[in-house]
Amino acid sequence: MMREILFFAFRNKKLRIGFSLVLFFLILAIIGPYISKYKDPLEYVGPGYQPPSKDYWLGTTTFGQDVFTQLVHGLRSSFFIGFFGGGLATLIGLVVGFLAGYEGGLFDEVLMMITNILLVIPTLALLIIVASYLPYRGIFIESVIIGLTAWPWTARAVRAQTLSLKAREYVNLTRITGRSHLKIILYEIMPNMMSYVFMVFILQFGGAILAAVGLDFIGLGPTKGISIGLMLQNAVLWNAIQLGIWWWAIPPGLVITLIVGALYFMNTGLDEVFNPRLREM
Amino acid sequence: MKKYLRMKIFVYLLTFVFAVTIDWLIPRLMPGNPILVLVSRFATLPESAKVVYSYLTKAFGLDLPMWKQYINFWIAFFKGDLGISIYLYPKPVLDVLKSALPYSLGVLIPSILASWFVGNTLGAVAARRKRLDSVMLPVMYFITGAPYLWLGILLAYFFGVVLRWFPIAGAYSFALRPHLSWLFISDYLKHWVLPFLSLFIVQLGGWAIGMRNMVIYELEANYVRYLETLGVSRKLIRKYAFRNAILPQVTGLALQLGTVIAGQVTTEVVFSYPGIGYILTQAILNQDYFLIQGCFLFIIIGVLIANFTVDLVYMALDPRIRYSYGGEI
Repeated sequence: MMREILFFAFRNKKLRIGFSLVLFFLILAIIGPYISKYKDPLEYVGPGYQPPSKDYWLGTTTFGQDVFTQLVHGLRSSFFIGFFGGGLATLIGLVVGFLAGYEGGLFDEVLMMITNILLVIPTLALLIIVASYLPYRGIFIESVIIGLTAWPWTARAVRAQTLSLKAREYVNLTRITGRSHLKIILYEIMPNMMSYVFMVFILQFGGAILAAVGLDFIGLGPTKGISIGLMLQNAVLWNAIQLGIWWWAIPPGLVITLIVGALYFMNTGLDEVFNPRLREM
Repeated sequence: MKKYLRMKIFVYLLTFVFAVTIDWLIPRLMPGNPILVLVSRFATLPESAKVVYSYLTKAFGLDLPMWKQYINFWIAFFKGDLGISIYLYPKPVLDVLKSALPYSLGVLIPSILASWFVGNTLGAVAARRKRLDSVMLPVMYFITGAPYLWLGILLAYFFGVVLRWFPIAGAYSFALRPHLSWLFISDYLKHWVLPFLSLFIVQLGGWAIGMRNMVIYELEANYVRYLETLGVSRKLIRKYAFRNAILPQVTGLALQLGTVIAGQVTTEVVFSYPGIGYILTQAILNQDYFLIQGCFLFIIIGVLIANFTVDLVYMALDPRIRYSYGGEI
């Protein structure tokens, strides 16, 4: 089973392309700060307005900070937020979805009511009103806030799947043996949804990265350090576009676009791997 | 059908109460005293600063017990009183937002509708042309992955700075005042193109991918197989598949709204476009909490109205809901 999946995973072009892109940027985020010439991303290392050159790989900002150093440090925070924020959102979505779907009754009604309410309210509006209330924010807090607001669609999707799995015979059989609800969910229902859970996590990963960029950009990002959203905010605030400093304003967003696009691409590839009907023959 | 509508309206009302409560609660927990920010403008006159401070605390009702503040908040809300902006003191929040709203809607609504129609058409076409599909699909995935604000920056750089085709700041030239004339309208449209395009392009990807997948899925369905064996023309089959595939896309319209609004906020900042999003960022930077609250409420009300409209459209399109209502919402 596992070998079959791996076989199709390596053969799938979408998955290969998406995965290599994400892996490339992940490696860049990990080793980038070591290979860049400057240690501190906020340090003023040279003259401002420098286009990309041998000394400044991606040029410098108006103030003479190195764009490449900022970019690799920003990438680190992006991956961190994607991992923790996306992970937290997936986890909450799973718990709420499993419980609502399996337990049913009043429990289900209440949980779904909350989910439907949160689904209508735009996440960014919630993020703004919560984030603006914290005077000091780090990327950890930011990923928690994003995780706490991004789960509703996952909960709904997981609930729908749980409802259909719950009615299967083997689940009924286990119920007769008197296993606890938690164990049935963990050992009978969840393993059948593993591929789906993994794909949800990938989508939440990308979503969290995008949400963080938006939040940082409007001035609610981390109060210390650097992130891709903060780079873009500074570039726009200091008129990088009007002054033609493209190396400051465009690469950070391009990197995010490539990462998130690659994640979505990977997701479609995975869908084909897990779902034999979709495989291209 | 009535039960469906009643259920929806109930959820929306509950959402509204919940949103208003959050809107009231969180700014009160927010650190930093906005009145001190305002009073600091009188810093050179310590005596009058004190008078102004106590006057403003009373005027904003911050010295009352919490529950009274909450009731007052609702009463004021129904009177259309959202408080006074501190950043644009002494303009009422409602007036600030009312003058910003048309600019936001003027970009938002056309971009949503246009990208929905164009995206769905593209997706439906790509679903049956393999060659086009293999080129279009990767492009569309990367388009949906782009942050709205970055696409805005990209367009502003190429069309505004390199090619100099369009202006990249504001909703009209500084030399003009909003009035009804060809001069103003053409100037407004010139400023409108780039923000519109950046919202339009990013949304396009999602619709095209969704529609493509739905049509492919529908073309595999049993009723299509049955029609094929009957020898029905491809054209008619496609028409049926399209009609079925469009339904989830209508629901998607409501689900997509939140991200589009978030995109609109950041896009307005990129283009200094004087809509709700731009006002909101100014309010955040200046800790103007009445204005933040007002923006939040405007966004929530807008989203609720849009959701309700989508529900009505869905009811008109899907006869199953009109004739009976069962299962989950």
